[in-house]
Amino acid sequence: MSSRRVFLRDVAQARSGDKGDLANVAIFAPTDALYAAFLREVTAERVRAHFGRYVRGGVDRYEVPNVRALNFVLHQALDGGAARSLRSDPLGKSYGSLILRLEIDVDDAELAGVELGRRAPR
Amino acid sequence: MLRCAVQSVRIGAGQGFYGDSVDGALDVARHGDVGYICFDALAELTLAILQKDRFRDPAAGYARDLPAFMSALLPECRPRGIRLITNAGGINPVGAAAAVRDVARTLGMDDLRVAVVVGDDITSRIAELQSLGASLANMDTGESLDAVRDRIVFGVAYLGCAPVVQALSLGADVVITGRVADASLFVAPMVHELGWSLDDWDRLAAGVVLGHLMECSAQSTGGNFSGDWWNVPDLDRAGYPVCEMRADGVALLTKPAGTGGRVSVDTVKEQLLYEVLDPRSYMNPDVVADFTSVVLSDVAPDVVEVSGVRGRERPESLKAILGYLDGYAGTIGIGYSWPDAVQKARRTASLIERMVERAGLHPLEVVTELVGVDSTHGSAAPVPDDPNEVVLRIAARFATEAEAKRFPRIATPLGLNGPPFIGGGVAPQSARALLGVWPSLLPRALVEPGVEVSVEEAIAV
Repeated sequence: MSSRRVFLRDVAQARSGDKGDLANVAIFAPTDALYAAFLREVTAERVRAHFGRYVRGGVDRYEVPNVRALNFVLHQALDGGAARSLRSDPLGKSYGSLILRLEIDVDDAELAGVELGRRAPR
Repeated sequence: MLRCAVQSVRIGAGQGFYGDSVDGALDVARHGDVGYICFDALAELTLAILQKDRFRDPAAGYARDLPAFMSALLPECRPRGIRLITNAGGINPVGAAAAVRDVARTLGMDDLRVAVVVGDDITSRIAELQSLGASLANMDTGESLDAVRDRIVFGVAYLGCAPVVQALSLGADVVITGRVADASLFVAPMVHELGWSLDDWDRLAAGVVLGHLMECSAQSTGGNFSGDWWNVPDLDRAGYPVCEMRADGVALLTKPAGTGGRVSVDTVKEQLLYEVLDPRSYMNPDVVADFTSVVLSDVAPDVVEVSGVRGRERPESLKAILGYLDGYAGTIGIGYSWPDAVQKARRTASLIERMVERAGLHPLEVVTELVGVDSTHGSAAPVPDDPNEVVLRIAARFATEAEAKRFPRIATPLGLNGPPFIGGGVAPQSARALLGVWPSLLPRALVEPGVEVSVEEAIAV
C-alpha cells in the first residue's frame, strides 16, 4: 500500500472559535476512512507543536464521530482573551485555517472517494 | 416547505453579534413564516464594549442599535404576530426596554407588551456573593479572584430559558434580557409552545443544539464555510437560520426562501462545533447537551434534519463572567513596499524598540506582527521570499492610558527618517482600554431567586 503526504487543507473542513482565553479548532473528515486517518495522525501533541507560541497552555482532543470531527481545545491561546488581546486576530478566527497547514500521511485507500486539490477559481 | 403533522414551532434567527445588519432578520420576518425571532447580541467581547459605554453614560449599557432594529422590525412583525426575544439589553436591560417602548409609541403601537428580565447583573454583588460562599475563582486556571478584584468593572451570570418562558406566558410581544445564554433565547419559545418540562433533558438538549446552530446568524447557513465557499450563492444576502422544532425534539433547519447562502450537513456541522469545548458535555444553564449524539441529514435542498439529541441534567452551577481592567493598548502600523519589505519592517521594529526605551515608555507586553507574512499563522507559515508589501503592526500594553497614547507618536518621525518606500499601512488607532474576562461558577441559589420578569405596555395602562 503506497502512502502519501497531504495537507489537511486538501481533505478537511475546519472552523475555530473563542471562549475567553480558550480557542477551539474543529476539523472534519469527508469519509470514514479519512476520519480514521485523522484519529491516527492529528494528535493533540502535533497540534500543540503546530500552533507554536500562540498556545501557552495545553491542548485537549475530543472525538466527535457523528460528524467525523476532531475538536481541539487550546488553553491560554488567545493572548488573554479577545478584549485584552494585542493581536490583529483577537478572536482566533484564523486558527481554523492555521490547522489546515498541517500535513498528514495517508494510504491511498484512505483517500478513496476524496477529491483532492479543489481550489477557488483563479 | 416541509410540514410536520405533529405540533411544532417555527423560530428564526435575527442577529449573530452586536453590529450585525438587520437585513437578515427582515428576510426572516417577511419570508420565514416564523412565530418568533431570537437575537443574540452578546459575545464576551460585547459586554466589555457595553461596559465602556456605561462608564461614559449611566443610561447606556445596552446595544445601541436596538432601537434601530426595533424600528425596522416591529412594522413587519407586529401584523404577523411574530414575537421578538433579544439579549441586547446587555448590562442595562431596563434602559433597553424603555428605549423599545419609545420606539413602539413612535410607531403608534401603544399596546405593544415589552418584557424585561433582570437579575443576571452581579457587578455590585461580588463581596456579598463571596460572603455567601461563592469563591469566584477562575474556572479555567483556578486562580483566586484576589488577583483582579480591585479592577473588576462588570459581572454577569448566564441565565437559562425560564425567565423568558415566563415573559412569553405573560403575553410579551418583545422580551429584553441581559446575559441569558445564547442558545436559551431559542429554547424559550420551544418550551413555551411545545409544553416541554424543564427536566425533559433530551428535548431541552435538542433545543440547545438548534439554538447553538442559530445564534451566529449565517455561520450555519453558508457563512464562514471552509468547504467550496466559492460556490455558495449570494452571501451579500445570506439567509439567516430558521428552524421548525417538533414537540418530539426533531427539528428541520433551513433559511427563508429567496435568500442566499446554503444549508447542508457540511455547512451546519461546522457550526455545531463552533466555540465548543467538550462535545459530550455542552454546558448550558438549562441542560448538559451531548453533541456527539446529534444526527444531521440532508432531507431537501437547503433543509437539514437535526435528530437524535440526548441531554443530561442541567449543571449545578451557573457560569458567570467578570470583566476586569487590564491596562491600555497603543498600536503602530507602518506599511512597506517591495523590494525587501520584510527586511525594512523588521529593521523598523528594532528602531522602534530603541525609541520606546529612549522615550521612557514601559510596555508590559509587546506583540509585533508582519501583516501579510505572519499575523495569522505565526511561525507555522513560511516567510515569502520578497512579497509586494508588508505592514508592520506593533501593539503594546501599558499600565497607563497616557503611555498608550504616546506610543504611536514616537514612531511618526520614521516616515521621513526610516527605511525607504513607506506606503499603505493601517489607520492610527486611538488608545484603548483592555479588559480581561474572568470565567467562574456560581451556585444557582445565589442568583436565581433575584431574577425578575416584568411586562409593561408601550403606554402604561
